[in-house]
Amino acid sequence: MQNKYADEGMSLIVKTITRFTVWLIFLYGLYIFIHGHLSPGGGFAGGVIIALSYVHLTLAYGKNFVSERINRSAMHNLEALSAIFYILIGLIGLYIAENFLQNFLGKGTLYHIISAGYIPILNLVICVKVGMGLYLVFYYLASYQVKKTGVN
Amino acid sequence: MPVELWLYFILTVMIVGSIACLEIKNILSSIITIGIVGLALSLAFLFLGAPDLALVQFVFEILCVIILIRAFAKRSVKLTALKRDIPETVIAVVILAGIFVLSIFALKELPSFGKPIVSVAERYLTKAGMETGSQNIVTSIILNYRVYDTLGELTVLFTAILGSMTILRKIGRKKRDAK
Repeated sequence: MQNKYADEGMSLIVKTITRFTVWLIFLYGLYIFIHGHLSPGGGFAGGVIIALSYVHLTLAYGKNFVSERINRSAMHNLEALSAIFYILIGLIGLYIAENFLQNFLGKGTLYHIISAGYIPILNLVICVKVGMGLYLVFYYLASYQVKKTGVN
Repeated sequence: MPVELWLYFILTVMIVGSIACLEIKNILSSIITIGIVGLALSLAFLFLGAPDLALVQFVFEILCVIILIRAFAKRSVKLTALKRDIPETVIAVVILAGIFVLSIFALKELPSFGKPIVSVAERYLTKAGMETGSQNIVTSIILNYRVYDTLGELTVLFTAILGSMTILRKIGRKKRDAK
C-alpha cells in the first residue's frame, strides 16, 4: 500500500505492529460493551477502549494519514445522534411505561446475553458517544498548534 | 497481607508520585508521574473489589496521559520557578495544620472500614438482579436505578467536546465566511 505520509508518525516497526494490535484493541472494546450487563465494564469503559484504538492508530501513523481515512464530521454526527437516541429511549419509556427513562422491554432470563431490558441498548448508545467524543477531544487537543508569530 | 496494608502501600506510592510530579523540572517526566497516581488508584480499586471502577480508571488514565503528552510535551512550555515567599508559606502551613487537626475529630465519627452506612445498598445487593434482569449490579445501578445520573454525565461530555472544538478548531466561522 502506497503511503503518502510515510515519513510522519513513528518508525516502521511501530507501524507494522500497529496493524496487528489495533483491531484487537477495537474488538476488546466491543466485547467490553456487549458484555456490559454480564461482566465488569460497560458502555463507558468500552467507549474509552474504542477511542484508544483510534488514538493508537493516530499516534502510530500520524494525524494526516488518519484524517484522510476517518470521516470526522460523521464522528460528530454519530456523537450527537447518540445523545438524541438516549433522550428518545427515555421518551419511549415515557410513552410505553410510566416514567421517563423507565425500562420498557422484557427483562429476559438472568445470565443471558439478551437480557436486562434496555440496558444493552443504553450501553451501545453510551459506547458510541464516549468513543467518538473522546477521540475527537484527543484529536483537537493533539492537533492544536501554537502560532509562532503570536504572543505565546 | 491484609487489604489495609496494601492500601497503605498504594497510598504512599501515590503521595510520593504527586510530590515527584511537582518537583521534577522536565515536563515529560512530570506528566508520566501524574500517571503513577491514576494507575495506583486503579490498583486500589482492584484491591477493594471494584473491577468496574478499576477498568474505567485504568483505561481513562492512559488516555489522559496520552492527551497530556501530546498537548504539552512537544510544545515549548516554559517552566517558571517561583521564589518561595516566607509569610505565604507560614500561612499555608498553619491553615493545613488546622484542617488536619480538625479532620482527626471529623474522621473519628465515620463508620469503620467496610461497614456500609446507606441502607439502600442492601436492597441493591439482594434484589438488583431480579428487578432489572442484569447480572452486573454496577451496570444495573448506573443504567436502571440511577439512569438520570448517566444522562447528566453524557451532557457533561457533550459540553466538553463542544468547548474543546470551539476553542481549538483551526478556522473560525467568521474567517471562513469572509473568504
